Formats: sequence, structure tokens, C-alpha cells
Amino acid sequence: MANSAPPKNSLVSVQNLSFSRGNKKIFDDISLEFERGKITAIMGPSGTGKTTLLKLIGGQLFPEQGTVIVDDNNVHRLRRNELYNLRKRMGMLFQSGALLTDMNVFDNVAFPLREHTHLPESMIRTLVLMKLQAVGLRGARQLMPNELSGGMARRIALARAIALDPMMIMYDEPFTGQDPISKGALVQLIQSLNNILGLTSIIVSHDVQETAAIADYIYVLSGGKVVGQGTPKEIEQSPSEWVQQFMNGAPDGPVHFHYPAKDYVDDLLSTGKRY
Amino acid sequence: MTEFLQQLGRNTHTSFTKLGRASFFLLQTLSGILSVLARPRLLLNQLYSVGVLSFLIITISGLFVGMVLGLQGYYILSDFGAEETLGVMVAASLVRELGPVVSALLFAGRAGSALTAEIGLMKATEQLSGMEMMAVDPIKRIISPRFLAGLLSMPLLAALFSAIGIIGGQLVGSGLLGVDEGAYWSQMQSNLDFKDDIINGVIKSIVFGFVTSWIALFEGYDAIPTSEGVSRATTRTVVNSAFTILGLDFILTALMFGDD
Repeated sequence: MANSAPPKNSLVSVQNLSFSRGNKKIFDDISLEFERGKITAIMGPSGTGKTTLLKLIGGQLFPEQGTVIVDDNNVHRLRRNELYNLRKRMGMLFQSGALLTDMNVFDNVAFPLREHTHLPESMIRTLVLMKLQAVGLRGARQLMPNELSGGMARRIALARAIALDPMMIMYDEPFTGQDPISKGALVQLIQSLNNILGLTSIIVSHDVQETAAIADYIYVLSGGKVVGQGTPKEIEQSPSEWVQQFMNGAPDGPVHFHYPAKDYVDDLLSTGKRY
Repeated sequence: MTEFLQQLGRNTHTSFTKLGRASFFLLQTLSGILSVLARPRLLLNQLYSVGVLSFLIITISGLFVGMVLGLQGYYILSDFGAEETLGVMVAASLVRELGPVVSALLFAGRAGSALTAEIGLMKATEQLSGMEMMAVDPIKRIISPRFLAGLLSMPLLAALFSAIGIIGGQLVGSGLLGVDEGAYWSQMQSNLDFKDDIINGVIKSIVFGFVTSWIALFEGYDAIPTSEGVSRATTRTVVNSAFTILGLDFILTALMFGDD
């Protein structure tokens, strides 16, 4: 990992974090920094706990050890109302979009405004239309979530995430399952929102090409550790075989193709119980 | 033997852990009720989906239960020449027992299962997590309004069930079998006690509304967020609600009517 040092002007700082699920260690003493105004990507194979990391940053999960500092607040030491106040300044885009299915697009985007502000309905309408215009879906405001494609749902969720003008947005696998046009639209949106609104973005993804195209800094996670970090160029040239396996999509390497199991021949010849 | 004891210990531990989670969930839900009162629109929406949409099944079931009671009651009472007391028998059966119990069982099947499935799917599709990340407490915004709606709807639905049942009994008793209509109503009026019969029935239905809503909402909130998990949670809501309603009915009946 002989790459550039992690950024200093951090909005989010993860320090010596460890987290387990049952007996499985998800993170083992990892530290990451997310610079203000930049796009930082967390990449790694499926099951490395990328989404878990976002939930730890958002205070939805508690670490076994270590701290998460967001805008000088120790997330896991905050009282409930303090945490909720912090979350008003943190947008999150879920993989599924997480739109409220009993509301149409307009009401979904208006939801955080109605919950947290006392703005008159006319102003809420203006704000919602502005956010929808930013994601190119002003014309879809009367549609229900079940009438949206996957890409549209994520763009609506993005409009909702920026409704309260947050200081940062966390994107959970924004490109997964998207067609090339939707991917392109999301890549452009994430970049332009980050630049125009001065946001800090954290993208969790395993879509190498799209993420590397817009990220300022990349962390590669595997086996509960940070196995690589640096600018996209540095990551591309990284000598780490973990990083190379991931970036080149090699089916076998440090991350094994086979799930741990006993010897194949022994397994075939044994008279095991039925599953 | 050791394996059996281990399994027993594991199951007991799991049950008590779940009971602890359910109790904590109930406390959170109750603490969110004040915020629901400040936003009556949330409550009204839920009163519609939990209460008003249960109206039809309660009405039709109440009518048929009352008609069957009228028939069976007439056959038994006429053996003793006491068919004039049919109204008392029908009304007492309904307001004391069948109204609260059957309407609660129907409520668990119609509204309870719907609540569990709705909350479970909201969890599976990350809507609850999404709300938390938008700094909106899902307990206050989603759970408490539904709980309060269930609590308020249940006594009204039980009262509706009993009222329609009494009319059903009268339709069969007086309309088909020739019991004097005046005797049907006047015997009922003079023999039913407001406190002992009606108020006790209302208390029962409030208790059933409380536990059914609690079970339904908790099972949804605690469901494993997969299709199978939500399906199992929905089944558990109906089964556990039925057991709890019938068990509590016995206890409440023993406490309320024990001195009669």
C-alpha cells in the first residue's frame, strides 16, 4: 500500500474500527478518512461489509471497538436526538432506493421536508420540483414507486436524499443492476451534485469502471482489512494481489472462488446427512 | 439427554430474548403515542385502513353468528318454554364473549396479518432504515399510529359485531321462528346489566385490541427481512394472536364474572 497518504481535511473519520456479525469478523481494526468536498469510494468484493460500513457511519450499527467521527461528532456517543440532528445533514442512497411505497414520487421527495420543516406547501412544491429537475424526473412526479424502473427509483431516492441540502451523501451500490444509460446518468449526477452542491460523497460499489471514473480517492476492502488505498490511478497500478484481483475481475486469487469446505474427494465419498 | 437439555435451554433463551425485545418495542411504541396525537392525520389514515376496511368482514360475520345463535338458542330454549328469553341469551353471549373474542380473531386475521406483512416488507425493502437515515423515527411515524388505530378500532368493531349479531338473532328468532319481537327486546333490556355485561365486554375488546396490535406490529418489525421471514411472521401473528386472545379471554372472564 505504498500510495498517497489519506486525506487530512476529513468530514468523516473512521478510526480503528472493528465489527463482527456472530462469529464472523467483518472489520478488523480498520481506519479510513473521507475528505470534505471529495468523492471517496469504498470498493471490494461482495460480502466484505461495505454496506455495513455505511450503517456504522450513519449510527445504525454499533462497532465493537473504534470510533466514527462525522463533522467532529463521535457518532456512537451521541444522544438519540443529537444523532437524528446529525442525520438530517447526512443523505443516504440505499441500494433498493427505499422509496416509501404508499406515496407517489412527489410525496417521497417532499417527505423529509414535511417531517423536518414547517415550510408552507407552496414552498415545498417549489423545492421538490427543483430537486426532481436536478435528477431529470420532474415529469414523473405523479408516478407511484411501483411504476418506476430501477434507475428512476434511484434517481428519485437521490432527489429525496438531497432534499434537506445535506453536507454529505452515502451511496450504497448506486450502479448495481443498472443498464448502461442509467449507469451513465447516475455517474454524471453523482459527480455534478458533488461539485455543484459542494457535497462530500462516499460511494460503496464494486463497479470498478464507473466508480474509478468519478472517485477522488479509493479504499479497497477485503477480509475485514483495507487492502489498498489511493487515487484511482494509484489503485490501478497497485502491486497488491488483492487489489489486482478485484480491479481485473480474476475469479481466483487471494479471494478464493470456493467457499471454505473440506476436501472435495472426501466430501464426495462420505455418506453425509441430507440437506 | 444432554442435547435435549441444550435445545431446551436455547429455546428458552430465544423466547425470553424475544419477549424482552417485544417489551422494549411496546415501551417505545407507547412513548410515541403523544406525537401521534399531535398529528391526527396519521391516525386517521390508519383508522381507515385498520378499522374501516375491517367493517365488512365484521358486519357479515356478526350477522351470521347472531343468526346461528338465534337458531340454536331457540331450539334449546323452546324445550323449556323459555323462547321469550332468546334476546337475553343472544345479547349476553355476544356482548360478554362472542363479540369481543370473534371480532378480535377476525381483526387479527384481517388487519393484524396486513400490519405484519406491511411492516415486514417495509423492513425488507429498507424503508424503515431509510426513514432512520432521514432522521425520522419509524416507531413514531409508522408503528405508534397503527398501534393506536388498532387499540381504538377494536372496541368499536366488537360493538358493531355485537349489535349486528343481536339484529341477526332477532331476524331469525322473531322473523322466522315466531318469537315475540317485544319480548325479544324487552327481556334483553331488563336482564342485561350495563356494567357487568357491556362494560366488561368493552374492557375485553380493548385488551384484545392492545395485544393483537402489539403482536402484529412487533412480528412485522422483528421479521427476518426476506419473503420467507415475512411470511412466517404473518403466520405467527395470526397464531399467537389467536392463542393470546383465547387465553386472555379465559382469564378476564374468570376475573370479571367469577362472583356471579
